[in-house]
Amino acid sequence: MKAAANGLAIEVKNLTKFFDNHPALDGIDLTVEPGKTLAIFGPNGAGKTTLIKILASIMKPSAGEVFINGFDIKHNAEDVRSQIGVVSHQTFLYSNLTAYENLLFYSRMYDVADFKQRIYQVVSMVGMQLRMHDRISTLSRGMQQRLSIARCLIHKPSIILLDEPETGLDQQAISMLWGALKEDGVKKRTIVFTSHSLERGLNACDKLIILNKGKIAHLQPSKGLDLAGLEKAYGICTGAGNENAE
Amino acid sequence: MKTLNKALVIAWKDILSETRTKEIISSVLVFSILVIVIFNFAFSGSQQTMISLAPGILWVTFAFAGVLSLNRAFIQEKDDDCLEGLMMCPVGRETIYLGKMLGSLFFMLFVEAIVLPVFALLFNVNVISLPLIAITVLTTLGFVTIGTLFSALAVNTKAREMVLPILFFPIVAPIIISAVSASGMALGGESWGSISSWLGVIAAFDVIFLVVSYFVFSFVIEE
Repeated sequence: MKAAANGLAIEVKNLTKFFDNHPALDGIDLTVEPGKTLAIFGPNGAGKTTLIKILASIMKPSAGEVFINGFDIKHNAEDVRSQIGVVSHQTFLYSNLTAYENLLFYSRMYDVADFKQRIYQVVSMVGMQLRMHDRISTLSRGMQQRLSIARCLIHKPSIILLDEPETGLDQQAISMLWGALKEDGVKKRTIVFTSHSLERGLNACDKLIILNKGKIAHLQPSKGLDLAGLEKAYGICTGAGNENAE
Repeated sequence: MKTLNKALVIAWKDILSETRTKEIISSVLVFSILVIVIFNFAFSGSQQTMISLAPGILWVTFAFAGVLSLNRAFIQEKDDDCLEGLMMCPVGRETIYLGKMLGSLFFMLFVEAIVLPVFALLFNVNVISLPLIAITVLTTLGFVTIGTLFSALAVNTKAREMVLPILFFPIVAPIIISAVSASGMALGGESWGSISSWLGVIAAFDVIFLVVSYFVFSFVIEE
């Protein structure tokens, strides 16, 4: 079932997710336009990862509707997954296989045309050409995370979901991550990311939300908002002051 | 066709990974040969006695070795945090099931192909017969189809190594009993006609297990 062509990259309506009787997400309404970047802030347990997993269609919502590029995640999960790339603190790479074999596996799963060329392209983007025939288990955490970015980009997704992607990355690799996401030749790439760093998040996004106890406590465009203003809003929304954020 | 292609890609990935570690093949192979050797020392008697004991020994060995192998089917995905990565791919959950099942089927048939000649040598029985090969392939297929489902179910539990056999053996018992009976007939040199009724039973279980597992898998794999 395809939604009305409203031109939105992501549309979330009254999204609710319960774990046992505990609401991890409670009535989330959200829209993201194509090409825009949304930052999700919030303390641990606010529901950030749950929201990302539902958007990636690997977790089912308890109630509500989610549309990705117009596709309903309940009825068109495979269409949704083909348009999404995910980077999280888990790399989703097989430790016994080489970097090349991992990317070959995922390119076959995503039906990537001309996959050999594309593998070399994404490996070059993350600066891992010299280690591409090494097993994942022999690579450092930072290198694995770089390859995780290559894995995410292999099928040129129009929407990228990042769940605390900077875990284990040094400053150079963090710059490379954002560079790779924006220089991949995909027009109007939509990015949704979670972060504990208010400063980095504010610099990277067009719009931001602060989640607290499964609800959107704050939603605002980033334009015109400075770090002090964001820290103040974060403190008010989470009741934790600034100490929870970097 | 697309489902089968993607399933083969998943199976290829599992086989490639296994060629690096040899975790499944080596442990299952050592276990199987050890069990056969122990049984060989435990039982002695005339050729007729050995033929009557052989089917039970063979399928006890394959059943426990199979559980050992199936236990590993989803553990690597879990250990590498790759199950979610697999679930994010644009394929149905049933494709993931089919891929994991084909990988496990390959591992079990590979081990059986090595164990059977050793078994024949130690027990002095003829295993190179078409009926026995058909029984082995069909039984292994049934064993793996339902075993892959239970392996996915057990992987999220704390005592997964214990949970799988407890859940699995009562369900798979009819197919093992049929295999023992059919193998006894095959080793005794009975005709295809008498064996085919047991083969029919095994094939029927294969179809039931495959259809049920194929459709139930998505409920098992998702939280």
